[in-house]
This record gives sequence, C-alpha cells and structure tokens, in this order.
Amino acid sequence: MRRALVVLSVLAAVGAACTAGGGGGTSPPPTIEPSGTHEPVTIEIWGAWSGRELKQFNQIFPAFEEKYPWITVKSVGNRDDEAIVAAIRAGNPPDVVLSFGLDSVGEFCASGGWQDLTPYIEQSDFDLSQFPESVFKYTSFAGSQCALPFLTDAYGLYYNVDLFEKAGLTEPPKTFSELTEYAKKLTEFNPDGSIKVAGFVPWAGFYEFGAVTLSIPWQAHWYDESGEHSAVATDPRWKQALEWQRDLVDFYGAANLKRFIAGLGGEWGAGHAFHHGQIAMMIDGEWRTAFIQDLAPDLNYATAPFPVPDDAADRYGMGQIGGTIIGIPRGSPHPAEAWLLVSWMATDTDTLVYMANNVRNVPTTYAALESPDLDVTPQFKTFLDIFQNPYSHYKETSAIGVQDQDLMGAFMEDWQEGKVPDLQAGLEQVAEQIDALLAQARI
Amino acid sequence: MSPWVVGFSVFIVYPMVSSLYFSFTRYDLLSEPVFVGLENYRFMFTQDPNFWQSVRNTLWMVGVGVSLRIVFGVVTATVLTWPRRGAKVYRTIFFLPTMAPPVAAAVAFVFVLNPRIGPVNQLLGALGMEHPPLWFYSPGSAKWGLVLLGLWGVGDAMIIFLAGLLDVPRQLYEAAEIEGAGPWQRFRFVTLPMISPVIFFNLVMGVISGFQYFTQAYVASVATSGNRVATQALGYPQGSMLFYSVYLYQQGFTYFRMGYASAMAWVLFLITMACTALIFRTSARWVHYGGALR
Repeated sequence: MRRALVVLSVLAAVGAACTAGGGGGTSPPPTIEPSGTHEPVTIEIWGAWSGRELKQFNQIFPAFEEKYPWITVKSVGNRDDEAIVAAIRAGNPPDVVLSFGLDSVGEFCASGGWQDLTPYIEQSDFDLSQFPESVFKYTSFAGSQCALPFLTDAYGLYYNVDLFEKAGLTEPPKTFSELTEYAKKLTEFNPDGSIKVAGFVPWAGFYEFGAVTLSIPWQAHWYDESGEHSAVATDPRWKQALEWQRDLVDFYGAANLKRFIAGLGGEWGAGHAFHHGQIAMMIDGEWRTAFIQDLAPDLNYATAPFPVPDDAADRYGMGQIGGTIIGIPRGSPHPAEAWLLVSWMATDTDTLVYMANNVRNVPTTYAALESPDLDVTPQFKTFLDIFQNPYSHYKETSAIGVQDQDLMGAFMEDWQEGKVPDLQAGLEQVAEQIDALLAQARI
Repeated sequence: MSPWVVGFSVFIVYPMVSSLYFSFTRYDLLSEPVFVGLENYRFMFTQDPNFWQSVRNTLWMVGVGVSLRIVFGVVTATVLTWPRRGAKVYRTIFFLPTMAPPVAAAVAFVFVLNPRIGPVNQLLGALGMEHPPLWFYSPGSAKWGLVLLGLWGVGDAMIIFLAGLLDVPRQLYEAAEIEGAGPWQRFRFVTLPMISPVIFFNLVMGVISGFQYFTQAYVASVATSGNRVATQALGYPQGSMLFYSVYLYQQGFTYFRMGYASAMAWVLFLITMACTALIFRTSARWVHYGGALR
C-alpha cells in the first residue's frame, strides 16, 4: 500500500510541472467551425466499458467521424475513475472521459477536474431542454454542470410470474406493506426451516439492495435543504424504511437469510438467483433484461415500478435513476473537438437508440425515448416510464462522494443483524459522522 | 551520484517527504493540496469511527494471526523433522500452498468456507454440528477464516523454522538426554532457545506484514458481499475485515482523500516502527545467538 502511495506521489510530482496553465479558467472556451476545413486530429475517450459492452460502444464512433471528417476518435476501455483521476492529475488526460461513478460528480465538479461545460453550452446554443430535468441533479454540483448524461439506469421491481401464479398473485405490489405481504406469501421454507425460495431479500449489500436503492423509493432525503447537513436522523422516512426492512428480515431470521444468500450465485453470472427462481422478487436496474435474455431466455418474468410507502401511493411509478456520465477533463488537449463529441454523444438519437437496444440502458433524451427504432419489450418499457416519471431521481450529490452511502451501508449491516439497540440514536450517530466529513471537505 | 543515491532519493526520500507534507493537507488529487495543519490527525483520532475499528481489527490480526502462524509454523516444521523417508516430499507438500497466489487462495477459501455449499460446513453438518460458523459472512468468524487461510499458507515461515531446526547440533540433544531430559524438556530447553533467532526473524517480519494486511481481506470482502461496487464491499461483514491498509486504500483511492490517507500511512509507519523497536528491545531477554559474539 505504501508503495502505491509512493508511486502515486511521484506521479503527482512529475505531473505538477506539466499541469500549469491547463486549468479551465473563466475565459471563453475554444470553439471550432464544424463546417470549415481543418487539420486532421485524433481525440481520445476513456471509459470503464469492457468486454461485450466495450465492443458495442466502439461501434458508435464511425457515425461521428462521418459527420466531422477531420476527427478520428480513439476509444480506450477499462479505464476507471482512479485511472482517469491519475491522468488528470498528471496533466496527461484524454480529450473526453466517461464514468459510471456518478457519486463522484461532486468531487469532479467542485475540483474542476471535470470542466464546467456551461461556457460550451452557452456558446454553442446547446439545447438542454432535450433532457428530462432529473438528469441535471446527478450531472452538476455547486453550480458547475461538469457532465452530461450518456444513457442512464433506472431501477424497478422484477418479479417471477410463475411463482406469482403459484401463490395466487396477479398484480405486482405497489406499496411497501404489500411488498412485505407478497414476500411472505411467495417464500417457501425447507422442512429444516432453511429458506428454499425467498419472496424478497431485504438484505443490505445483496445484489442491488442497499442504502441508496432503499432510500429513493422511500423518498428519504440524504441532506437537508441547505445541503450542508445530513438528514438521515431528521427525515422520518429513514426510520420508517429501516423498520420496514428489519421487519421483513426478522420474518426470515437474519442468520437464516445469510445462510440462504451465501449459497446463491453471483450478480453478474449465470447463477443469479432470480434467473433460477430462488428469489421471487428483487430490485434491479434495466440492464437485467439484457442479462436475462442472454442467460435465462425462458424465464417468465415481468417488471414494474418499485413499491412506494403506503402514505405516498400517488408517487407510484417513480424510481431511482442515474447512470453513465461524460465530460471534458481539465487539460483536455483538444477541448473544442471534445465538446463536439460530448454534445453529439449526449444527444444523437441514433447513437442513443443503438446503445439502448444493445447495452440495454435507458436513453436520456426525449427524442431517443420516443424513437420508433427503440426496441421496447414490455419488461424494458417499465424503465423508460420510470425514467420519465417526474418524481424519479438520484440521491443528492455531495462533496463527499460515496462516503455517506458507505456510512449508511455500514450502519444498515449492523441494523439488520439486530446490533443497533436504539434506531434513532444510531441514525443520529450516522448523521454526525456525515456532517463531520462534510465539514472536513469544506475546510 | 551513484545510481543507488538517485534511486533512494527519487523513490524513497522524496515520496516520503511529500506524503508527510500531504498528511497536513486536504488533497483530492484533482485540486491543489490545501494546508489544513493537524486537521487530518485530529479527525483520525477523535471523529473517525472506522479508524479505530480498523486499528482494532489490525491489532487482532497482528496479535492472534501472527502468533498462531509462528506456533503452527514451529509445530509443522518440528513434525517435518521426524520422517526418515520421504522427508523432501512432505516438505514440498506443506510448502506448496505458499505458491498459490494470494488472490486465488482467498477466493478458494471463500468457496471452501461457504456456509451453505462449502465442503467445510457440509462436513461439520454431517458430523452433527447444528449451527456451523458462517465464516466470512459473520463478523464473529470472518477473521478466523482469514487466520485459517494464513495457517494453510504457513509454508514460508515453516521452511525457515525447518532450516533452524535442522541446524540444532545433535550433541546438545544427546547431552540433554544424558542429563535425563524428556522430549518436552529437550524441546523447551534445547530446541526453542536454539531456534529463537529464527522465531525472532519471523516475528518481526510477521508483525510488519500484519500491519500491512490487505490482499486477502480485500478479496474475501469483495467476494463475499456480492456488492457490485467492489469498494463498497470493503470491510464486509460489518467492518470486521476492515483492516488498516484496506481502510487507507479506501480513503486514498475511493474517496480521493489522499491527504487523510497520507496521514494514515504515517501513523501506520510510526506504529510499525514502534512495535519493531519494542520487539528488538525485548529480544535480548529471549533470543539466543548460539556461540556468536553480540
């Protein structure tokens, strides 16, 4: 570990000399006349795509190169945020960056590591009304619009239709009390008391279920209105959500549930429990439809919005959204061409539809959502609707990245095991810890 | 300047000095470091609950894991001195696990110790144990899973003990036997003192690497939690596998709090130095260097 630190420090020092003058600043951004003649230039985009998805992603660039014949795009996959940050720090970043780490938007924007795109947007009369309002919440921070969305994820309820029929259920649950009721009906125990089929696994850390995916359908706020203090102890939704969770955990028994989970296949492989009818319902993103098509094409399943609290039934249809972001790093060698690529990727309907049909993410512009070329299965349609629901959102962005989620996640681990005697006191402690981190980030 | 001086300055002195400086800053890698004085250290000791948890976990690993490895290494090496025939084969067999890459070994252990489908718990169940441990899925038993992993790969320590054991002069045993010493007394008063320098060496190395314990804990947490974001799985379950280096890594490379991570690195460095110095100081009392002048 020390060695890694040492290497990084050296890189940082070497980079420091090169970065001088590379910052964004307030001067107008460089522009380029798209219709004029230009020297050929190659621009580089880094992203964390890999494998099948990277191959599919790389197919989008010929259309861009046709539109801007003097630009060649070189796409580099398997570059995560750590690599991107190191490259920005070293003053040697690519022209365009793509990240799945929307939780780091606060850090990317506030530090200027990802440039504020506002000047580019203003200068090129870029039309922001092409996107649903909800995308701006997770692509900007502290007044800096440092990213644009490039497709997104939406979360909903997946349920096994055969198991529903067997239990005499026809409609998906719409409220959390219905979810509990359904989960109990759908659960089957073995003669020795161990779980054979779980109706719904409410275990933090299991597949997609966790602090964020629980907080959003429960409409629980992470921060107060000022954004300067944690709301986990003051927003009563947190307590309700956690009590709901614990109630369902107790139905199975924590140890029993853990033993059950331990025997299930991983989230990204063919052994996924939902593919095999070992769990009847789960929360998951729209990409699961592609995995099921690929790995369990015979599975009889349906999707629906995730349930909402009983006293907020009018919000049914909303859900968690938020996904891939793209932007221009500080020190981008060809910022004018980079903006051409970023704005094109964010809005080109054919590209968004192609990615939606292949990688199975939700396209992020109205035009793409309405495109007749979009391959809409009934299961996928749910997620297009969730994305367009006005109440759908992602958790509030903050300057402390994923640390708030991790603290809450750790607390939930204790809570679900029955190791928290006083829920309110526990939440107050989490809020205090989050506030302390926020205070540190402000110094 | 000799190449050694260049290498030492560029790769050791300069990074150490910079990390010391960074430890007094808030540094997110993307912005310039902001000097914050002792804030990182204050936060670490007074406000960060995970820091103390990681310290406790690490001390447990150094205390329990390292001592068990030494005991197990000495016992295994002693047993391996017994066979008259095929000694080399046995030594190879016991050394082999050390050759397994730590990541692969950790993944294998997560499977072997799986509470539901792993062979260990199936065996325990067949033997009539009603509630076998949940191993990596429970904070009470997760670290013991790592200890087992460490003992399985004890070959590296064992081979050094074995060399030490085979070096003990036969005539010392013969003399002890003539004086009427039994097997235990021979082990306690001849073998142990004679291999104490080797134990000392293994203890120092074990303590240093114990404080840096990382790979196995990282892999076991990620493989067990099933969380799709690896970094959010660190420490699973319930922070019981959040060791100091794991937490340091998380701070520096997941949270981009490199200033804080640098401060943690310095605290780790000072603790490791202090422990090593302490072991060296007490060594005069229990380490015997044969006939060599000291």
